[in-house]
Amino acid sequence: MSEETRSFRVYRYKRGNGGERFDEFEVPVGPHTTVLDALLWIKRHRDPSLALRHSCLHASCGTCGMLVDGREELACVCSVEDHGSEITVQPLANLSILTDLVVEMNGFFARFPHEHPIIRASEPPPDARGGEIHLEGDHEVTLDPLPGPLHYHPLHHDHRAAPPGADFMRLEDCIECGLCLSACPVAATSRGYVGPAALAAAERLLEEPRGVKREDVLAWAGRPEGVWRCHVGLECTRSCPADAIPAERIMALRRELIFDDGDPKERE
Amino acid sequence: MSRPANNELPGTAERRIPGPVHHKGPGPSESGWLDPRGRGHGGRGLALHRITGIVIVFYLYLHLGVLSMLLIGRSAWGSFLSLVTAKSFLALEVVLIAAVLFHGLNGIRVAFVGSGLAVRRERALFWVGTVIGIAAIIFAALHILGAL
Repeated sequence: MSEETRSFRVYRYKRGNGGERFDEFEVPVGPHTTVLDALLWIKRHRDPSLALRHSCLHASCGTCGMLVDGREELACVCSVEDHGSEITVQPLANLSILTDLVVEMNGFFARFPHEHPIIRASEPPPDARGGEIHLEGDHEVTLDPLPGPLHYHPLHHDHRAAPPGADFMRLEDCIECGLCLSACPVAATSRGYVGPAALAAAERLLEEPRGVKREDVLAWAGRPEGVWRCHVGLECTRSCPADAIPAERIMALRRELIFDDGDPKERE
Repeated sequence: MSRPANNELPGTAERRIPGPVHHKGPGPSESGWLDPRGRGHGGRGLALHRITGIVIVFYLYLHLGVLSMLLIGRSAWGSFLSLVTAKSFLALEVVLIAAVLFHGLNGIRVAFVGSGLAVRRERALFWVGTVIGIAAIIFAALHILGAL
């Protein structure tokens, strides 16, 4: 019984060792083979110098983002079954390439606003050490103080900072994979554009500021290289593997900038 | 192996040189927005919006140039009119109307979505605009080419 194979065209680049090129490999595949499986097979059996990033293998860490047949995918959950007999694999676009399929992610993280304690530190606020916490709406919840060091608990989110009835979209879902920046057609032509993930993170800050000044976030997002650079291609939302809907977040920021009349808490 | 004089590890200077930045699409690196492969309706709409925008600007200057033929006189204008009333030329008018319709209707969609007013209706807006645009193009084509 002959084994089914797919032809992989893999982008190659080694610093100081010639230019860019594509190498072709015939890879045996099964019904559940992912692109990452195929690339690791190439690395083990054909070319150990092939460089790629990966970690969790279940679309959670966001490290294996790459272009598969020109489209942004997480290689660990991208089935070869969904592609043709020849599959082209390239590094993410709009980011400097370190080697082969590995891009310099500093070019992605450097775009984020400096103050984004929730998104980056992923820690509960200082006043979440326990005690009374009053939730908005019909429910009022009182928690006992937690002993010892700071512990995380879902109910410890500081809902007092949010406007009543706020539609919480958990941008913690963003796995910071960089796929949205690669897919963004504006980032291809505008190097200064901060990009979808950073703007979505800023919008998330408006929902739960936790000490960050609302006007600072809006001033940061309202710069020429901020929300106004977006041309509504919506490729970020389409490419997002975590359904963090960054385009919708950008438009919400714009709405805030257009119709902003101060802090929601002060309006009450 | 001896270290360089500045006491850096071998290869440090090479690592400081930024690697190439890959972009989608063939040609110059900044042409990535133009490549429709791997894009959805939003990305393709954006590319077509830019292309039709360039076409409309080009037409504006062409239009001004043509109007300036009036300065030459009646004979130049008359011969020009016989050219532009040919069926092949009228077909180009249909292409121009299609470009204007797409640019205008997509612009309305972008304005609504871009101001945060109809983000969740974005796809519906796109298809409503597409249906209106196609109907208008068919009507314009039949009218211009003399079938109506």
